[in-house]
Amino acid sequence: MAQDDNSGKDLAAANSSSHDLLPEDSGTGVVSPDAVENPGHPEHRQRVTDLNPKKEKQAERTVFILFFLSAVGSLWAVAAYMMFPIDGQMELVRSNNLFIGLGATLALMALGIGAVHWGKALMADHESVDHRHPVRGTDETRARAIEIFEEANEESGFGRRSLIRNSLIGALVVFPLPAVALFRGLAPYDEDPVELLHHTMWKKGTRLARDPSGAPIKASDVTLGSAFHVIPEDLNDAKDVLNEKAKAIVLLMRLKPEDLNELPERKNWSYNGIVAYSKVCTHVGCPVALYEQQTHHLLCPCHQSQFDVANHATVIFGPAARPLPQLPITVDDEGYLVAQSDFHEPVGPSFWERH
Amino acid sequence: MSRKTSRPAAGKSRRTGRRSPAAAAALIAVGLLFTGGAYAAVSATTANAQPAPAAASQSNVEDGKKLFQANCATCHGLNAQGTSDGPSLIGVGAAAVDFQVGTGRMPMQGHGPQAQKKPVQFTQEQINQLAVYVGSTAPGPSIPDAKYLDADGDAAHGAELFRINCAMCHNVAGAGGALTEGKFAPSLVGVTPAHIYEAMITGPQNMPVFNDMNISPEGKRDIITALKYQEKIGNPGGIGLGSLGPVAEGLFIWIFGLGAVVALTVWITAKSN
Repeated sequence: MAQDDNSGKDLAAANSSSHDLLPEDSGTGVVSPDAVENPGHPEHRQRVTDLNPKKEKQAERTVFILFFLSAVGSLWAVAAYMMFPIDGQMELVRSNNLFIGLGATLALMALGIGAVHWGKALMADHESVDHRHPVRGTDETRARAIEIFEEANEESGFGRRSLIRNSLIGALVVFPLPAVALFRGLAPYDEDPVELLHHTMWKKGTRLARDPSGAPIKASDVTLGSAFHVIPEDLNDAKDVLNEKAKAIVLLMRLKPEDLNELPERKNWSYNGIVAYSKVCTHVGCPVALYEQQTHHLLCPCHQSQFDVANHATVIFGPAARPLPQLPITVDDEGYLVAQSDFHEPVGPSFWERH
Repeated sequence: MSRKTSRPAAGKSRRTGRRSPAAAAALIAVGLLFTGGAYAAVSATTANAQPAPAAASQSNVEDGKKLFQANCATCHGLNAQGTSDGPSLIGVGAAAVDFQVGTGRMPMQGHGPQAQKKPVQFTQEQINQLAVYVGSTAPGPSIPDAKYLDADGDAAHGAELFRINCAMCHNVAGAGGALTEGKFAPSLVGVTPAHIYEAMITGPQNMPVFNDMNISPEGKRDIITALKYQEKIGNPGGIGLGSLGPVAEGLFIWIFGLGAVVALTVWITAKSN
C-alpha cells in the first residue's frame, strides 16, 4: 500500500528506496516499531544462457524440438484416429483412445513445456517492480462521470417523465411471469408428493416376485440362507415403472425361525423365518442389499449403515436414523408369498412432512 | 583411470556407485520388481479344479470317509455332525465340499473374520472322494453339470442378473468388495466356472444362497458367461486400477495427478539455471 502512488521503477531504484518505504499515514494498520527490515531483492544472477552462447544455442534447439514434437503429436493423433477405428468392437476402444490420447497429450505437453522453457531460458531476464496504483479516480474523472449521468437523465427525461418510467418498471416486473407459469406446469400439480412418499405399490395380496423377471416366488423356493431381490408382481405393468420400483424394492431373506427376534406386534409379519424388508436405506436411500447370511447383518454400501435383520432390522452401526421398514408377508392358497398390506411407514430417507 | 594411481579417483567413482542418488532409485525399483514378481507367482497358483463327478461308489465313499476323519474331523466331528469348533456338514452337499476344499478355503488356516483362499491342499481325486462322502451323509447340492459351466450362454442376461443379485457385494466388475467387521466379498476374476456355480448354490460363509428356484441353472450359466466375457475383453477404457471404483481412482489421481501438478508448478516458477 505504501508503494501505491509510486510509478513503475526498475529494480535498482526500488532497492535504493526500499528502506524508507514506511507509510506516513498507515490508516488502521498497526505499525510495529521494530518491524523486520525489508531485505530487498536478491542480487541478480545471470543464467547460463546469458553467459554461454553455446548453452543459448542448445536451449533454442530444445525449444525448437519441443515445438516440432508438438506438431508431430498433433499429426499422430489424426493418423491414430484413422489407423485405430473402433468398428463396433468394444476391445478396439482401448487402442483408439490410447493412441489418440497419446498424440494429443504430446501435442499439448510439448507445446506448454516448450513455451515455458523459452520464457525461462531465452526471453529477457531482468527483475522489475510494478507498483500498484490507487483505485480511486481523479476528482475531474469523478465529476465528469456524474455530469454524464445527469446529462443523460436530462436528455432522456427519465426522471422528469415519471408516467413513462413507472410504466416501464411495471412492464419489467410482469415480464418474467409467463416463464414462472410455464415452468410451474412442468412440476406435478395434481398429486401430493407427501402422499406419494407415504405409499408404495404393495397392497394386500400383491405377490412377491423376482427382480427383474417378475416371476412370483413360492414360500418353498426360499431355502434357508437364501436372499431374493423382490419387486411387486404387477410392477412391470405400472405406469411409471422406475419410480414405483425405487420405492417398492424389497429384500427377502430366510433365517432359522429361532434366530429371529420379532417384535410382539409383528409376530405374524414373517412366514416360517422368511422376512421381507425395504431395500431403501433410511439414511439417504441407497439400496441396502449386502446381506451376510451367517451374521444376519445388512450393510449399506454408501455410508456403511448396518442393520440387524434378526433383530427387526435395527441400526447397529452408521448414520441411518431408523430401522428398515418391514413388509408384512404371508402365503396365499397356492403357496405364493404375498404382501399383507403396504409398508406401515414411509420407506427411505427422512423428509420434512414425515411423521 | 588406472587402479593403482587413483585414491582420489576411487573416492569419486564411489559416489557414482552405491552412494549415488540413482542407486537408491535402482534399489527401490529392484525391490518393487521382486515383491511384485513374488506376489504374481503366489496369486497365479489359483485352484484349477475340473469338475469330474466321481462315481458315488462304495469305495469312493470309504476313501472319502478316511480322508475326512484324518483331515476334517477335528472341527467337523467324526461323522460330519459338527463340534463347537465347526459347523455340521450334514446336508451341505458335494458342491460345498468341492468349493471349500477346491479353492483351498478348507482346511481352514486359522480363525479369522472368514476363511480365505489359499493353495489347494488335496488332489482333485481326493476332493472328489471327500465330496462324495459328505454328499452321502444327507441330500444336498451336488457338483454342477458341465453343460452349465461352458461360459457360452447369454452374457447380456447374465450381466443383468449379476447386477441385481451379485454386484452389490462383488462389485459391478466382479472385483470384490468390503463387508462388515473384516469380512469381504472376494474378487471373482480367475475363479473357475464350477466354483462360481457352487458358491451360488451353497452360499459359502456369509454369502446368501441363490438356489435354482431363485436363479435358474441357465441363469447361473449366463452369469458365468458374463463374468468370463468381462475377464476376456479386459478394460476397454484403459487401466482398471483394480476396478475398485472411486477409492482407487481417487487415490491414484491425488498422488500422481496432483504430484505432477505440484512438480510442474515448481518447475515453472523456479528460476532457470
